Amino acid sequence: MEKNINITLKVWRQNGAKAKGRFETYKVDNVSTGSSFLEMLDMLNEQLINENKEPVAFDHDCREGICGMCSLYINGRPHGPDDDVTTCQLHMRKFKDGQTITIEPWRSAAFPVIHDLIVDRRAFDKIIAAGGYVSVNTGGVPDANAIAIPKPDADEAMDSASCIGCGACVAACKNGSAMLFVSAKVSQLALLPQGRVEGARRAKAMVAKMDELGFGNCTNTGACEVECPKNISLSNIARLNREFLYAKLQD
Amino acid sequence: MSNLLTASIGRKLLMSVSGLFLILFLLVHLTLNSFLLLDSCMGFEEGQLFNAGVHFMGTNPLIKVIEPLLALGFVVHIVYSLILTLQNMKARGSQSYASGKKTTGVEFASLNMFPLGIAIFAFLVIHIINFYMKMKGFIHWEGGEVEFPFFGAMAKGENAYALVNETFQNLSIVLIYIVGSVALAFHLAHGFWSAFQTIGWNNTIWMPRLKVISNVVAIILGGGFTVIALGQYLFF
Repeated sequence: MEKNINITLKVWRQNGAKAKGRFETYKVDNVSTGSSFLEMLDMLNEQLINENKEPVAFDHDCREGICGMCSLYINGRPHGPDDDVTTCQLHMRKFKDGQTITIEPWRSAAFPVIHDLIVDRRAFDKIIAAGGYVSVNTGGVPDANAIAIPKPDADEAMDSASCIGCGACVAACKNGSAMLFVSAKVSQLALLPQGRVEGARRAKAMVAKMDELGFGNCTNTGACEVECPKNISLSNIARLNREFLYAKLQD
Repeated sequence: MSNLLTASIGRKLLMSVSGLFLILFLLVHLTLNSFLLLDSCMGFEEGQLFNAGVHFMGTNPLIKVIEPLLALGFVVHIVYSLILTLQNMKARGSQSYASGKKTTGVEFASLNMFPLGIAIFAFLVIHIINFYMKMKGFIHWEGGEVEFPFFGAMAKGENAYALVNETFQNLSIVLIYIVGSVALAFHLAHGFWSAFQTIGWNNTIWMPRLKVISNVVAIILGGGFTVIALGQYLFF
């Protein structure tokens, strides 16, 4: 049943990338358990604006779990206490009346804090850019069924492609490793015949960029898989290892 | 190939391959150690089977080749664990989460491979001083010569069994060995399957099987060494 709850928030505030951050405590009253976590933060910001204080900066865009912008570390878990959802899909019914909620930005050397709860995730864009292009035949429109793809491969490629690049895997990893993200991006193309053409080059380039940007080395703990809002499987990491090692042996 | 080992996955491959090689060594080591308990079941006098095993390992030319390779395996595994761990600490950053880490379902061993490795390394140092240095003559030790059956004939060699038997009469040493073995079991429960994941052998059918095999290997090795140390203390 929907009801209203009163909560206390411990929010990380940081004025800029170089500034020293600190936790601020705020009280938000009469939050409907039917509202989303970000709506609750909107209420907090309205409250702060009315008090002539600076609102809390946080990333968000689509608010339906597909864009990958929201990125909060809530009460010890990336994207909060619910499973397989992004922060924007988290509901206040997951919290109790009177509870204290700690909200932090992603913590990883490769994701420096820009402001308050916003971190710089451009490292992911650089890895994607390093992946490069996929060759396609131009000219007449090819028949959609011209290349036969086994159903399990198509399903697995689709599962890998569901990664939204939010960075929860890096935030959850004790090694600050981006392997789950990179492996999903390599897998979604490596599993399909169209992506095989640049497969070896792509695996090498994306891993090289990942290392260069200062992400850590995967030790297969699997925390990323647990916290991934899109359920990206750890088996992608083995596929990336295989793709990379095989590409290197071809040199 | 040269820049393979500067890439993260290349360095992990070294950890994986050296780790699997060390597991093979441990299986051979455990097989030989099991001789410490098996004399009476096989109809030998106490210590004969183990002394024959030590004699075989000491005189076999193949072992002479593998011994430096084994040392290299240890060095690679330890040096790269240090490099990778330092890199990972740097990648993680200095700021930790105030609300802690509440991710559920992550293996204890996988989160503590480095501390477990340090425990195993500390044990290894004690173990080498206890036996290897003495058997190889770096530390003075008088075992006396004994006769034992060796491939159908009788052979003569040092009484290595006496050294082991004597060492394991000390309860504190036995306890150190048990702690070392348990740390090893946890280290392997994660390390074994993780090594295959790093090599790239993974699919939805074999990964669960590898995890089961991983636990079996961990229990056989960790449990085996524990039983032998305890058995020597209690019954011999």
